[in-house]
Amino acid sequence: MSGGQMSEKDKLATYHAPVWSEPVVMELGHPGRRGQIFAAADAKIRKAVGEARSLLPAAMRRRQAPGLPELSEPEVQRHYLHLSQETLGMMGISLFGTCTMKYNPRVSEMVAARPDLAALHPHQPEDTLQGILEIIHSFDLILRELSGMDQFIFQAGGGADAAYTNCCVTRAYHQARGELARRDEIVTSIQAHPCNAATAAAAGFKVVTLQLEENGYPSLDALKAAVSNRTAALLIGNPDDMGIYNPEIREWTRIVHEAGGLCFYDHANFNGVMGKLRARDLGFDACMYMLHKTFGAPKGGGGPAVGAYGCSRALAPFLPTPVVAKTADGYRLDHERPKSTGKIREYWGNVPQVMKAYAWARAMGAEGINEASDLSVLANNYMDKKLGEIRGLSRSNPDVGKWRMEMTRWGLGKLKEETGVGTADVANRMADYGIDPYWMSHEPWIVPEPFTPEAGEMYSKEDLDRWVAVIARIVEEAYADPDLVKTAPHAQAIHRIKSAPLDDPKQWAMTWRAYLAKHRHGQEAG
Amino acid sequence: MRQNEPSAHPWMANSLADIKQAMLKEIGARSVEELFEQIPSSHRLKRPLRLPRQLSSEAELKRHLVDLLAKNENCEENLNFLGAGCWQHHVPAVVDEIVGRAEFLTPVWGSAQSDHGRNQAWFEYASQLGELLAMEVVQLSVYSWGCAIGHGIRMAARLTGRHEVLLPRLIDPERLSVIRNYCEPQEMARHIDVVQIGHDRKTGGLDLKELKAKISARTAAVYFESPGYLGGIEAEGAEIARIARAAGAETIVGADPISLGLLKPPAEYGADIAVGPTQPLGVHMNCGGGVGGYIASRDEERYVREYNGFLVSITETSKTGEFGFSLASAHQTSYGMREAGKDWTGNSVYLWAIANAVYMSLLGPKGFEEVGALILQQAHYAARALARIKGVRIQFPKAFFKEFVVNFDGTGKTVARINKALRRHRIFGGKDISREFPEFGQSALYCVTETHSREDIDRLAAALKEIVGK
Repeated sequence: MSGGQMSEKDKLATYHAPVWSEPVVMELGHPGRRGQIFAAADAKIRKAVGEARSLLPAAMRRRQAPGLPELSEPEVQRHYLHLSQETLGMMGISLFGTCTMKYNPRVSEMVAARPDLAALHPHQPEDTLQGILEIIHSFDLILRELSGMDQFIFQAGGGADAAYTNCCVTRAYHQARGELARRDEIVTSIQAHPCNAATAAAAGFKVVTLQLEENGYPSLDALKAAVSNRTAALLIGNPDDMGIYNPEIREWTRIVHEAGGLCFYDHANFNGVMGKLRARDLGFDACMYMLHKTFGAPKGGGGPAVGAYGCSRALAPFLPTPVVAKTADGYRLDHERPKSTGKIREYWGNVPQVMKAYAWARAMGAEGINEASDLSVLANNYMDKKLGEIRGLSRSNPDVGKWRMEMTRWGLGKLKEETGVGTADVANRMADYGIDPYWMSHEPWIVPEPFTPEAGEMYSKEDLDRWVAVIARIVEEAYADPDLVKTAPHAQAIHRIKSAPLDDPKQWAMTWRAYLAKHRHGQEAG
Repeated sequence: MRQNEPSAHPWMANSLADIKQAMLKEIGARSVEELFEQIPSSHRLKRPLRLPRQLSSEAELKRHLVDLLAKNENCEENLNFLGAGCWQHHVPAVVDEIVGRAEFLTPVWGSAQSDHGRNQAWFEYASQLGELLAMEVVQLSVYSWGCAIGHGIRMAARLTGRHEVLLPRLIDPERLSVIRNYCEPQEMARHIDVVQIGHDRKTGGLDLKELKAKISARTAAVYFESPGYLGGIEAEGAEIARIARAAGAETIVGADPISLGLLKPPAEYGADIAVGPTQPLGVHMNCGGGVGGYIASRDEERYVREYNGFLVSITETSKTGEFGFSLASAHQTSYGMREAGKDWTGNSVYLWAIANAVYMSLLGPKGFEEVGALILQQAHYAARALARIKGVRIQFPKAFFKEFVVNFDGTGKTVARINKALRRHRIFGGKDISREFPEFGQSALYCVTETHSREDIDRLAAALKEIVGK
């Protein structure tokens, strides 16, 4: 019995989401109501410049007021509070694999809201930005120590944007050597995050995708066959989402370098190897960390995020500008970098998130960061053991007998065959127990009916036990009463959505205007 | 009390020896170290990380952060006239409360049912922005205005099969640099030529003669902004769109949404694709970390199938009369199709989409009209006040919204020197653009918003008068 003092009943405590049946905001309110008022311009101003509309070219004046709702301030507040309550939003237990769910320290939120950060303008004189520049530089140094790289920047608005940054830096590097026209291929694996292949293609490269062997990663022979004098770069993650570490990775970087290509380490799965290994030591030229995942900054339901991009001294001249530099007199923004690839996003990044990641790293320290990796790998293997005892589930790469890293991909193929209940059904049903739906898998699904739990270091053993107990209960339900699971969820703010309209141009409606036009025949439109 | 045992870290529930031991026992491992058996020893870092001292006490950490940030000076203790893509607008308190809600702040994704409220808030972002723009399709926001332009141009290139974009020479160098990256270097097979069009010397608007001369059957899109980088309202929007359409090119318009209570929505003067910044709608400047970008169009399938990111559609549920929200036409993204997807997508600034939704709900039609009028009148008042100072001239004094170019050539002083002097008055002067656009001499881009008062503007004028008079 491993459930501690928690009874089976407690683990599966009844849950029901709040149901507010909150109408779309466009239907709320009453003409004339106000949620914000702006004072009229001062009398002296009005006298000096006249009516506002007179200051606009006649052809560019708006004729009809926008069809926005008219609400009082508390109505708006209550509407969106209701919507927040109709969002489980990690208030259950979210083991959303590949995203490294963490506690987002509220002290950082409070500090970030202070005018000394929230009310900074990026074009302020540098001597008025010394505090935030010092934070960015200090955090750069922390990441250099974690990775062995020589320079980090924070301009990328997420992990995919950092992969794109890498492709732009790769272009600039080969362009400077006069080889860009020939080096038009980027090598990646089918298990690498889709953003690697997608950003390579968007940057103009052809994508060469390696398939996996039985052991979970592509063979050295496959890599050798793919690499040539057309190779611009390798984009790869390690460990992968199966929890498998490619032990030949050093050989990989050697092979790519010999062919004249660059090596980019997508460190999306850094949580299990923090302090255990360093990207540069494995031969990589560049790497990326997601501060909103591994480094404790909030995810915001998909950003504002930061893909911290670090590289070797040889690649640093090609980085987007500006780069924060330390000088004898303090900190400055270095804009004068003639070989730079230019910008991939305006300004220097989601600065508050960088501050939050710095705060996280300071609060954890070297010992805490190491401990977090230990705990996340321990927790994953603990879950593996318990999930392996449940019928209908199978672990990816069953022949790999070693302990897995910080997450493991599981499959419900057998459950689906035997009951008709698939992974999306189980995810939906989990929410009925107050558990956030899990991540299934990126495309393509290599494991049938996949799911990918990642425990991380935040959740308690009791939480993990409860999560596993819920999966076990749903599997029981699937065998006893499959329809119960296939029609799930049953205890949410709404019932299961119909997905057919979402891909039908006649039915989809991405705005209220479109909805009125298509589904209410324009009767209220305008 | 056991003095020698390290404390459990507040953010790690299992960081206790007895719990770790119990978990190891359960799985049959002797040590945590054993669990890392997959990593070859030669790959391992053989020494402890060398990081600054751990600050696991919240009190200590807070003090450290606050002390560091106190080395900054901010735009509340100084009177700020910087804009140029990141603007000091009022952020209503309710917006801050809602985006601080843990259910919105901390998670990543759920399902359409478990996270119904957030999906609805996203749909309301698109719906309200759609009203301001008079467009039926609005994608969840991308990283920034520059990124939105980049995606818009790439959409147009795919729609037309052409590889050239015409855009104004008077554009924010930050945005232009982003656009150039999205258009790829010449060596790449799908490189898009960026051709810049000059301005009308009197109005600052696009030079229509040059536009007509340069547009051709190669042109995928014409991009212009209203208000533009230097604040100007483009009076010839309809004519530009007509010229683009005649050449078979798409018209992409960049518009600041906070201006749209007063200004005509881009769709009404011919925009096929609208893009712009989202930071003005209830997001703090955050040192440039508040930016986001929108992309919108008509609800035509050929446009919808070219979006790179997330389109949130309303749909029905299994219960009659109930509605929910989920991603429409989602397979075309990089999540669905990897390198065959439309550009790429990933985490963006979706929390700010909720801030934007709350902001638009609070303002309503009247709020947008009011805030637009206040900004417009104050900005024009400021421009006229500054123009009265000897040696100071406004570059394009007629049609602008919240920003305008102030030329100091007649004072014999550089912007750098003037801005330095303004600091003694606790004023951040406008952005120095004399290196970006040397043809305007010693000029600065000033921004005036609803957060300023008449006294603020008079204070600026008095300070400048004193400085240039010396």
